[in-house]
Amino acid sequence: MAQEAIRIRRDRQSPFMDKVEEMLPEGGNLNLCLTCGACVSGCPASGLEGMDPRKFLRMAALGMDEEILSTNWVWMCSACQRCIYVCPMKIDIPQLVYHARASWPRESRPKGILGSCDMALKNDSCSAMGASPEDFEFVVNDVLEEYREAQPEFAEMTAPIDKEGAEFFLNQNSREPVTEPDELIPLWKILHIVGADWTYGSKGWAGENYCMFLADDESWKQVTQTAAAQADALGCKVFLNTE
Amino acid sequence: MKNIYEYYAKWIREGKLKVNSDWNKDLKIKFTAQDPCQIVRKSFGDPIAEDLRFVVKSVVGEENFVDMEPNRSNNYCCGGGGGFLQSGFKDARLEYGRLKDRQIKETGATYCVAACHNCHAQIHELSEHYGGGYHVVHLWTLICLSLGILGPNEREYLGDDLKEVLVFHPESEH
Repeated sequence: MAQEAIRIRRDRQSPFMDKVEEMLPEGGNLNLCLTCGACVSGCPASGLEGMDPRKFLRMAALGMDEEILSTNWVWMCSACQRCIYVCPMKIDIPQLVYHARASWPRESRPKGILGSCDMALKNDSCSAMGASPEDFEFVVNDVLEEYREAQPEFAEMTAPIDKEGAEFFLNQNSREPVTEPDELIPLWKILHIVGADWTYGSKGWAGENYCMFLADDESWKQVTQTAAAQADALGCKVFLNTE
Repeated sequence: MKNIYEYYAKWIREGKLKVNSDWNKDLKIKFTAQDPCQIVRKSFGDPIAEDLRFVVKSVVGEENFVDMEPNRSNNYCCGGGGGFLQSGFKDARLEYGRLKDRQIKETGATYCVAACHNCHAQIHELSEHYGGGYHVVHLWTLICLSLGILGPNEREYLGDDLKEVLVFHPESEH
């Protein structure tokens, strides 16, 4: 079924795209679109909410701010950047989407993402599942003790928290300590066998960052800085992402 | 800042992780692997995708690894990233993931390695929702399996065909 034609107004008002262009290096190349559609054909979000990356960019370029800033599609783009990868002009559409997300009043953004971000801000763990540093330490030591006994070949295995001067500062997705602690073990075994000098941080151990997905810059920064500052304070050489 | 895939590959190359794929010589269980957007396309590019393949092939056997098309930096996102898992738009998320589900099914693999938690959760749900029945596993599980040090309680994501293979301290099952 044919869609109704988009009506272009001559008086382009409050163009959201101009604002985003000012913030991005090279303006995110946002005004270089050749309308080729390479982005659309490789975007799994194409067609959701009647939107796709090219259409989103064109509507922004036409100053259709009201539509751009209200569509739920911005929460369905996963910012995977495949559109940039295949784009001949390397246009940063995900940044446009990010800023559209950021323009939503914070309390109107999806509750699940909002809740996970707020949970991370509750304590120094920065865990989207709300586990405190004490909870984390308890689970790590509890499961470690259990496996050292049950599997004597790993009686010397360690899972340090806040070990000063360790080479690697590891993070951990909250899912393991909170819901499936047995899944922590294979990783620790690998690190034990290779003799890695590693540590978790009591602060910033959680690997996920929903504040980034929420497009809440201040909170995103707080979560990231908590982990980075702890790695620095411990004198670790490598910040090692486990996913 | 580094990603642990790079180190898994390095430790295997240096002989610190003496993995092998003998356990899968007769089983011939087929594996494919998701290239997480955040780790591959958005951070470290094709070199880390190669490290990922090197590790997977080392532990399951080169002949038992089947790549998705397209792959590496050109891979499709599964739909688990960007906060989509928590955004509340479940139907849209599953629709988004149809492409990934089809890609995985076309490999014929019964296991998909997903070393990113968002990918892991989303692909697991895609397998159930679209009836593919493929399993989704972490890389650390396969590395320990191939080293013969994977206990009975560390097999949450393995299928029945791998629950009994090379079990370390089977008596510790709870």
